[in-house]
Amino acid sequence: MEALLASAIGVLTACGVFLILRARTFPVLLGLTLLSYAVNLFLFASGRLHLDAPPLIRAGATYTDPLPQALVLTAIVIGFGMTGYLAMLALRALAEAGDDRVDPGKDS
Amino acid sequence: MHAHLPILPILIPFAAALLQMACSRLPWQRAVGFAATVLMLLVCGWLTQLSDDGQVRVYALGDWPAPFGIVLVVDRLAAMMSLLCAVLGLATLLYASAGFDERGQHFHPLFQLQLVGLCGAFLTGDLFNLFVFFEVMLLASYTLLAHGGGLARTRAGIAYVVLNLIGSALFLIALGLLYGTLGTLNLADMASRLLGQQHDPALARVAFALLIAVFALKAGLLPLSFWLQPTYSAAGAPVAALFAIMTKVGIVAILRVQAVALAPAIPDLLSGWLTPLALATVGFAALGTLVADRLRALAAWLVLLSAGSLLLTPVHASPQVVTAAIYYLLQSTLTGAALFLVAGLIASQRADCGDYFRAGPPVASWIRIAFLVVAASAAGLPPFAGFVGKLMLLTTLRQTPAGTAIWIVLLGAGFLVMAALARQGCILLWKPQALRVAATPAPAIGWQRALATLLLVAAAPLLAIFAGPLSAYAQRTASQLHAPGAYVAGVLGAQR
Repeated sequence: MEALLASAIGVLTACGVFLILRARTFPVLLGLTLLSYAVNLFLFASGRLHLDAPPLIRAGATYTDPLPQALVLTAIVIGFGMTGYLAMLALRALAEAGDDRVDPGKDS
Repeated sequence: MHAHLPILPILIPFAAALLQMACSRLPWQRAVGFAATVLMLLVCGWLTQLSDDGQVRVYALGDWPAPFGIVLVVDRLAAMMSLLCAVLGLATLLYASAGFDERGQHFHPLFQLQLVGLCGAFLTGDLFNLFVFFEVMLLASYTLLAHGGGLARTRAGIAYVVLNLIGSALFLIALGLLYGTLGTLNLADMASRLLGQQHDPALARVAFALLIAVFALKAGLLPLSFWLQPTYSAAGAPVAALFAIMTKVGIVAILRVQAVALAPAIPDLLSGWLTPLALATVGFAALGTLVADRLRALAAWLVLLSAGSLLLTPVHASPQVVTAAIYYLLQSTLTGAALFLVAGLIASQRADCGDYFRAGPPVASWIRIAFLVVAASAAGLPPFAGFVGKLMLLTTLRQTPAGTAIWIVLLGAGFLVMAALARQGCILLWKPQALRVAATPAPAIGWQRALATLLLVAAAPLLAIFAGPLSAYAQRTASQLHAPGAYVAGVLGAQR
């Protein structure tokens, strides 16, 4: 379980970083999305992994830490809003400049 | 009323933003925004005066006690920074209300939300809450940056947003690591647990290093500072002036985390690398002022230069150095913002020449004098506040290990900045136009923009005249910042 989660975070981060380094806005946007998935999984793991445990403290039963879940929820909402805004900005640049390169280059 | 005072600098602009979104008529939005910002200025002034008794005031949101709930913490530094934010907000709002806000929709609610984010980031005592306020501030700043439209702003906006999203991802990773190792997100609780033995010191170190890297990105430390100049020079004049305080959010966060959590437990995290990088930032920004092609770009390089100078200070745990840093921070924020507003006025007077460094239509003589005052202060020339700030930094940093290098770089950078400002200012303002086109009268400036600019320009002489009481206040702030025991005890209460 730990190995699965850790390698999933690693693969998502690696793909995200690769895509962020591309020269066009669409792959960069996808890369940021993958990176935020990796971060959300990572935040989940910061409360340690528990199987079949509710986020409630009851007498004698095992429980999972509820705080990372709240943090992940906040991070998802914020990340989603930011990605949406970036998509709008990229579309506007595409409409205004005619291409979706990140780097304006010499001509413009 | 007293008990709820710490939340008001966040609630007032938030309520104003809601009211402004309810009705999108511009006169209503302007009136609400202006009333809210004046009210916020009064509240922040009151808070600054109250917090000068040296007590750490804690406001528990929802009345949940400290390590479990989220707290706002008001000490001298937090109160002073929110007062600075309110002053800057009032001046830039006044300037923007003279017509800049008509160029796009929703300027006013976004402006108030930016103030929410800024004040929240200064006041919060919880690191995840700091992340949330950073995002509020950044989301508002993304849209304010694009306000007015144009391809240059959109392009600058994309780079700025992408970089800050990566910064947010790093911030979250750092927070996850910190929560995983220390089991808390409250800064004071973190500081007290770092001194204990139940954590993995290597992981905590990595987490704090990531956290400092994110703050360095916001502050504009050299390998992470290439976004700053294009972004700030693309923004409209009042927006750029408000952005002058955004790099300072990163610097204040570094100062705070260093003093409260790092200095007692991991004192060597910043030493060795921060000073060389900060010096490189200063040198880079000074060279940048020489190649800037317009006044707004030059002002953006000066913002970077002041950030680099300030980043020389967190390494040193001495209250004297931090005293100088706090005074320098106050004056450089106000001077930088004033230069952006002056650049906006000059651009509006010179038709299609804008604020580019070439001969053009003459501008009103009071603007020239305002430019002279601000430029002299920005270059660190007497008798203005820039000189006092720089002198304080130089004298206090002289005794530190890298003192000689710091003197060489800061004085050399001051020389380059002076040369750039003198040369470009002459071309911009005093060089007569070769071919005089039919003399069209320059467009009227309007009292709002004139008053807003003069308010910020006046800070240069005023901060120098009141340097005595201000540096005494800065000294009290610095000694409070360097007594983290009182901060931790104040937040966690007496039971621990």
